Amino acid sequence: MAQILGLPKLSPTMEEGVLVRWTKKEGDKVSPGDLIAEVETDKANMDFNIEDDGVLLKFLVKEGDTVKLGAPVAILGKAGEDITALVEQARSGGGGSAPSPAPAKAAAPEPAATPAPAAKPAAAAKPAAAKPANDDGAASAAKPATKAKPAPQAQAAPAGARLLASPLAKTLAIELGIDLRQVTGTGPGGRIVERDVRALAEGGGAQTNGHAAPAPGDDAPGEADEPAAAPASQAIAVRPAALTPVAPVTPVTPVRQDSDADWTDVPASNMRKRIASRLTEAKRDIPHIYLMRDLDAAALLAYRGRLNELLGDKGKISVNDLVIKATAIALRRLPECNASWQGDTIRQFHRVHIGVAVAIPDGLVTPVIRDADQKGIGSIGAEVKDLADRAKRRALKAHEIIGSTFSVSNLGMFGIERFTAILNPPEAGILAIGAVRDVPVVDKGAVIAGKRIAVSMSCDHRVIDGALGARWLQVFAELIEKPELLAL
Amino acid sequence: MAVISYREALNQAMREEMERDPNVFIMGEEVGYYNGAYKVTQGLLQRFSERRIIDAPIAEMGFAGIGVGAAMVGLRPIIEFMTFNFSLVAIDQIVNNAAKIYQMSGGQFHVPIVFRGPGGPAVQVGSQHSQALESYYAHVPGLKVVMPSTASDAKGLLKSAIRDDNPVVFIEGETLYGSTWEVPDAGAGDFLIPIGKADIKREGSDITLIAWSKMVWTCLDAAKLLAAQGIECEVVDPRTLRPLDVETLTASVKKTGRCVIVEVGWPVAGFGAEVAYQIQRHCMDALDAPVERVTSDDVPMPYAKNLEDEVQPQVHDVVAAVRRALYLPEEG
Repeated sequence: MAQILGLPKLSPTMEEGVLVRWTKKEGDKVSPGDLIAEVETDKANMDFNIEDDGVLLKFLVKEGDTVKLGAPVAILGKAGEDITALVEQARSGGGGSAPSPAPAKAAAPEPAATPAPAAKPAAAAKPAAAKPANDDGAASAAKPATKAKPAPQAQAAPAGARLLASPLAKTLAIELGIDLRQVTGTGPGGRIVERDVRALAEGGGAQTNGHAAPAPGDDAPGEADEPAAAPASQAIAVRPAALTPVAPVTPVTPVRQDSDADWTDVPASNMRKRIASRLTEAKRDIPHIYLMRDLDAAALLAYRGRLNELLGDKGKISVNDLVIKATAIALRRLPECNASWQGDTIRQFHRVHIGVAVAIPDGLVTPVIRDADQKGIGSIGAEVKDLADRAKRRALKAHEIIGSTFSVSNLGMFGIERFTAILNPPEAGILAIGAVRDVPVVDKGAVIAGKRIAVSMSCDHRVIDGALGARWLQVFAELIEKPELLAL
Repeated sequence: MAVISYREALNQAMREEMERDPNVFIMGEEVGYYNGAYKVTQGLLQRFSERRIIDAPIAEMGFAGIGVGAAMVGLRPIIEFMTFNFSLVAIDQIVNNAAKIYQMSGGQFHVPIVFRGPGGPAVQVGSQHSQALESYYAHVPGLKVVMPSTASDAKGLLKSAIRDDNPVVFIEGETLYGSTWEVPDAGAGDFLIPIGKADIKREGSDITLIAWSKMVWTCLDAAKLLAAQGIECEVVDPRTLRPLDVETLTASVKKTGRCVIVEVGWPVAGFGAEVAYQIQRHCMDALDAPVERVTSDDVPMPYAKNLEDEVQPQVHDVVAAVRRALYLPEEG
């Protein structure tokens, strides 16, 4: 029986999504786990994987359409089935199947995925080797008496059945936008555990990638002797870099153009909408003050030159990397500025996490350099480069863009001499960095050629008064003008 | 830094505090002329005289009570139990007087007293002398309970315990007296470790092992074996059971997603159960597996050496629990 597919929840906060691209055609046969579309959410481009068998009979939305959560996007059924009624229902606003976490189905329950090869049935036949986790809560857990519980058979949960997953697996699934019902559990009783979610996130999934760690009871002689091949190093140590395959940034399609008027309405992406609401809120609700200084950049440039000379082809330090390091150290020295207005209290952060504004084709993201005060300039540089590259491919993970305590925005590379930035809540400060300029300066009564860089600090006046901000800039200025201090 | 024994570290701590503060004195069985049953008070009688190093009769209830009274009037007694098994005779003084007088007197009397001595099973001393009683004392509000695992922790924490204005139950590892660790030099100024601060004894990313006193060493040995299997254990030593540094413990579990608690005490209502509660309470979303506990078996300690080893947590028990928590097959 044919069914309407609704738009699933692919990020924890999404309310709608843009269907960027269909990866299947109408009439294509699909099976569980198949990627049928890419969807732009408020966070990133996510995969829309299907859970059911069937034929994609009809697409109900076009590429580029914005779709509400749960709204119909396609009809799935058997080849040749009559779907007129369903199309009618969808058109008249009849909802798709339940959106979260994945479309529920009207059809009778059947396994949502085929049993994984990782779950060797042979393991069950060898009970002597099986001693699964003692999760029965007995207080005398020291030496489990359980000798011969049969090994659990890993398989995806049938639709409608209660899904067993560890809390971490659930947290991770939300973070990575993965539908747990597509995951094959390899823990006791088929429990989905961290490694199973990661296996699927890495692509292919536990079912197909063949390197899923052995299920408990899986007899794997000798592997304990080879650290490199030990299952733990695969299952646990591996933290995949990106959550989604790189999706090309879609060109924005104009949807409305009045032939009589001289304007075009370009639909705002989810990211633009988020930027719009956050910045409006910040500029409206936070009393900004702006403190500006012109700093001598000659020593900074010389220092950077020397560092790059030493690095050779092993990397390249930018002015911005040095600015991030200096900002972090200055915040460590004056923690009053590493803070946030909380209504009744001022929260002083114990750690210094610097948000770095990165321009991407359709907007702006602020990935976070954690504990920047404790990192070397080289590792800050490498991290910024990696985060910026992945930001441009929209492949950042949610946790990489939250938690900053202070931000830095640099438009120097675009030739901007000076500007002021809007605060990035809940932070109380952001630094706007301009280009290094060649200017005439007066030195011991003589006019000579000098290098200057303009910095402006936007402060939340509820947290940082002008004098405090000025003191902070004093510390920052010293670090920039005597950059050798950055190494101390 | 000098590498010294746990015994020597405790001796230094008491010597330094007695030099610093004339109100500090030691009372217990054989602490003076015999230099301590475990030689922890070696040489102190010669240095401080019978006035401050007092050999008590075999009457724990009596000298513990004298200590509480002395503390109430401004002295800072260190009461040594030959072993904490004998503290059971004096537990009424500890639980009903030392722990409660501050509250019952409306804050008029502080009881700055340290009850110290060895605890935990040693080797073939029978069931009455082979008990880990920390869970008894950790249960009582008004007491602090300190359990150092290394010479360094022993020194820094005993000095803090002596200076604390509250009663501190300071349980030493009976089999740790000869163990050595780097300790800041005696002449290099005061070395204090705050009560209530956990210590990460080994960093790792895959699983958190929580243990105190002797079990820290068992966990470090297990961590070494597991490292060869590609599993990196973080070993966290709370050092103080009450107050417990929940923040450090939970931060570690949030990082690793898995936790094994190892204690030499019995399983039922053992202190590890409280730790497990705190872990699930604060780390729910980070846990990938049930919190595992490794404890002694739920029996009085046998005397036979082979059975004694069988009953207590051993390195291979910790390794097995770690592999369970990681959903890995049993070894071999």
